[in-house]
Amino acid sequence: MPTDYHGFSRRRLLGGTAAGAAFLAMPSIVRAQTQSLKIAVILPQSGYLAQAGQSCHRGALVSSSVLSEFGHKVELMHIDMESNPDVARTQTERAINEGAQCVVGAFDSAATLAIAQVCEQRQVPLIVNIGAAPQLTEQGYKFLVRNFPTGGMLVANGLKQIKALIDATKIEPKTAVFLHANDNFGMAQRQGMDKLFPTAGLPFKLLDSIPYDPKAQDLSVEVTKIRGLNPDLLLVVTRAADAIKLVRDIVRQKFQPMGIISPGAPGLYDEEFYKALGPLADYHIDAIPWANPKSKVTQALEAAFKKQQPNFRFAVECFNVGFTFDALLIAADSFKRAGTATGPELMKALKATSLTDHAMIGPPIKFDEKGQNVDIPSSCVQNRSQTPTVVLPADVATMTPVLPEPPWQGRT
Amino acid sequence: MAAITLNVIVQGLLTGLVYGLMALGLSVIFGVMRVVNFAHGEFTVVAMYAAFILFETLHLDPLITLLPVAAAFFGIGYLLQRTLISPFVGRAEHEQFILLVGLATVIVNGLLLVFGPDARPINLSYSFDSYAVGPLFIDKVRVLAALAALAVAATLFLFFRYTRTGTAIRACADNLTGAAVVGLHVKQLYAVTFGLGLACVGAAGTLMATIADAAPDLAQAYTLLAFTIVIIGGLGSMVGALIGGILIGVSEALAGFYIQPSMKSMFSFALLIVVLVMRPQGLMGRRL
Amino acid sequence: MSGIWLHTSRRGKALSLLLLLAFVLVPAIADRYLLSVLILVFYFAYLGQAWNLLMGFAGQLSLGHALYLGLGAYTATALWTLFGIGPWLGVFIAIPVAAAAGMFIGWLGWRFAIEGVYFALLTIAFAEFTRIGFDHLQFTGGAGGLFLPVNGEAAGKWWNLGGGPLLYYYLSLALAAAATVLVAALRQSPLGYRWLAVREDPQAAQAVGINIFRARMLAMLISSSMTAVGGVFYGFYYRNLFPSQVFDISHSIELILAPIIGGLGTVFGPIVGAIILTPLGEALTGLVQSLGLNAPGAKAIFYGLTLMVIISLQPNGVWPWLARHLRLDRPPE
Repeated sequence: MPTDYHGFSRRRLLGGTAAGAAFLAMPSIVRAQTQSLKIAVILPQSGYLAQAGQSCHRGALVSSSVLSEFGHKVELMHIDMESNPDVARTQTERAINEGAQCVVGAFDSAATLAIAQVCEQRQVPLIVNIGAAPQLTEQGYKFLVRNFPTGGMLVANGLKQIKALIDATKIEPKTAVFLHANDNFGMAQRQGMDKLFPTAGLPFKLLDSIPYDPKAQDLSVEVTKIRGLNPDLLLVVTRAADAIKLVRDIVRQKFQPMGIISPGAPGLYDEEFYKALGPLADYHIDAIPWANPKSKVTQALEAAFKKQQPNFRFAVECFNVGFTFDALLIAADSFKRAGTATGPELMKALKATSLTDHAMIGPPIKFDEKGQNVDIPSSCVQNRSQTPTVVLPADVATMTPVLPEPPWQGRT
Repeated sequence: MAAITLNVIVQGLLTGLVYGLMALGLSVIFGVMRVVNFAHGEFTVVAMYAAFILFETLHLDPLITLLPVAAAFFGIGYLLQRTLISPFVGRAEHEQFILLVGLATVIVNGLLLVFGPDARPINLSYSFDSYAVGPLFIDKVRVLAALAALAVAATLFLFFRYTRTGTAIRACADNLTGAAVVGLHVKQLYAVTFGLGLACVGAAGTLMATIADAAPDLAQAYTLLAFTIVIIGGLGSMVGALIGGILIGVSEALAGFYIQPSMKSMFSFALLIVVLVMRPQGLMGRRL
Repeated sequence: MSGIWLHTSRRGKALSLLLLLAFVLVPAIADRYLLSVLILVFYFAYLGQAWNLLMGFAGQLSLGHALYLGLGAYTATALWTLFGIGPWLGVFIAIPVAAAAGMFIGWLGWRFAIEGVYFALLTIAFAEFTRIGFDHLQFTGGAGGLFLPVNGEAAGKWWNLGGGPLLYYYLSLALAAAATVLVAALRQSPLGYRWLAVREDPQAAQAVGINIFRARMLAMLISSSMTAVGGVFYGFYYRNLFPSQVFDISHSIELILAPIIGGLGTVFGPIVGAIILTPLGEALTGLVQSLGLNAPGAKAIFYGLTLMVIISLQPNGVWPWLARHLRLDRPPE
């Protein structure tokens, strides 16, 4: 048998493999001593979380210029993890290879956890901009901080705000029903509700907690069930698309509660919600953390957003934009204090953060030993003229709350 | 309580008819060509977006745009069959599967790229109206969509029963060799069949757009739903597809109401398993 | 076993050993990113081998294999978080759980003559049913998810599968290699030939006295057991489980892409498929990013197109074509 044939193919294969391996195994870029912090922003820009992910992404895009206005220099790497933890993991590795000194992300808990593991092993700080699963700060990651409330905190603060709302509007609801999506966010809220409602001191009784399938085509059955119970208040934890279906079916079935209130979920303030429902979107209330209209940081952010993203309304996106910006601000601020971007030093500075001026409503940002910011208050945000408006607490409000909701018929 | 149950059943029935129309397209394609269209839901969503665009630009009610969309989809189906699908007819299922999964991925992400992730509603003047029939509230859009679905299905049924092409297609489904022997132009008929199947999808999607909001992530659920309905109703039976749709619509609604809404779909899948095991030809299908 | 070794051409033996050696040595020069990608490659190659056994050898299309993945993952992780039983033991409980599910589905399917697409839909139905079921199963966390502790005393030791990427790299490599050897051995065994007969012509097989039902059930048993082990790996590698992720149909679809693209019914098909597809996905992501396109979804479009092109040009998979060109299909002289 001809020997050159064998030799030829083996050599070729070896050469090809080596070349391929060399191509994929790009050497880590030497971390030069620069003045700017390289941050990887990892978000679900496609896949089932695309809507929220793209909103956060717009916030990240706008943040660079605003951060430099305030004297911070950052270099952002925008990464789409496709709502998939596998991709989140490999992309984090790649980002760190390409010099990312800090990671912000990732909205989806499963992906955030995949990223957290990589960050922990490579000692690169992770700042969670949005993510409510309590376990993120319970599992014991040392290189993670979260500037977002846990599901439990959202519910606790939300219930507090609902109490304030009832006092302010003088309504007298006797009963309520809690409707929530049966996904990890909805379940986190449900667990919070089960634990906290009995001792929250609210004047109404919780008749039932109804979980719905977020993949369902319509919510008419759920609404029929709710209508049968006829509660005064409807508490909801939904995503945008579901919120539209919900309100639509409520209107069709002529169910008129005193109010539709969310104890801390998205959905009632998304642009698609307003577009779909028009005046029927008004008067629903969301008790969630919100951007502080009186903060100069927020005002700068708003101005930049208006200029750079003219097709989107800041008033609607400020939740995602604000939290994403704040996460980046925390990173930049810690970098300034630490004077270096090496992992452990930067992490120490992060843990010691005390940031007074930031976008969202609340006291200075501080983290506890687990890396959680426990002081993120909620406010009542009511839809007025299809724009989310802060109505409580009074010191940051721009309008007063209106309840009970006016009837569906005759709304303009 | 009885009134509410009846309400749930009626709404489920109406919605189920539209699902049935969607499944009908799948039944036609699979029943005749044995092509497993795993991109079925994706095509439905494209039709929903088509209806949405026509409504936004020309302000036409989907009940009207139903016809042009269905016609356009017929054309697309015909072309698709002649070019892409044809070599895969008769090939192993897993090969068809990969082709159509690839196509589905392209479609869904294309929609995401073009339209963005937000749900797109069609706000008709009567979107929020409902008929009060005694103690029941029945959504106007669902009634109209269900009636339209029935009309389309009836048209298709008449086509297959009473026209030459329809009979020829049924011949292909029954006995392919025999059909070829008799001189039927099989390739052409297959293309017509795929076109008809997609036309159904086009019609169903247009009607669906009045009930649900177009969004890329609906696609996979619709594919599964279509397959579930077709299996339960019976492959190759048009009436079966509609009955299957109604059955799924009603049973899911009842399961959601009496057991727990988040477990709705479990019920449909359980039903699917039972039908597959007990009566694989479905309720109305011919014996395999 | 020696049978397969003898049957492989010299060239084939050399190449497979070389490949294995290369993978064993890669961590010495590779960075973590490459390692994380390779872990995924081995993981999908392993699952591909498991699925290929049922489909490529026994001819049964399962589109719900994520069921066994999820059952394996949940069993092992639940045993760990609730009872402190480590994964090396837990896997032996995870396997029978998944296998039982597989056997049940197989029995239902083949006892009642559910074939082809119908069988595929049966598997989908079971996977979806289980997914929603687990969404409501509170003692494993329901939709809220099951979480493994990250730091702390018990974590971080190899017997609890807490470790760096190197541990998982060699573990996944070992799994993929072992699966390949197992599959090759089975293929040359009497059982393998029975499977081939059942796949090609069930009626003829029955006529010569092969018990089709038994053969298929065995294939399902081995396939689901292997997949369960993959699930245990998955659970401990990611350290968290959500029913909507693990049991989802997209997961089932993901794991069958490699064996089909690589080459159904071949021993090296799943490996070749995994080596092509996973890095392809990464390369496309990198490409889209380097072009600076703000186009979410673009990568997935390219990926989908690639699938369509490959299956149109090489319906039997890339490996048979590759083997022909590398002259690997010739028996040893």
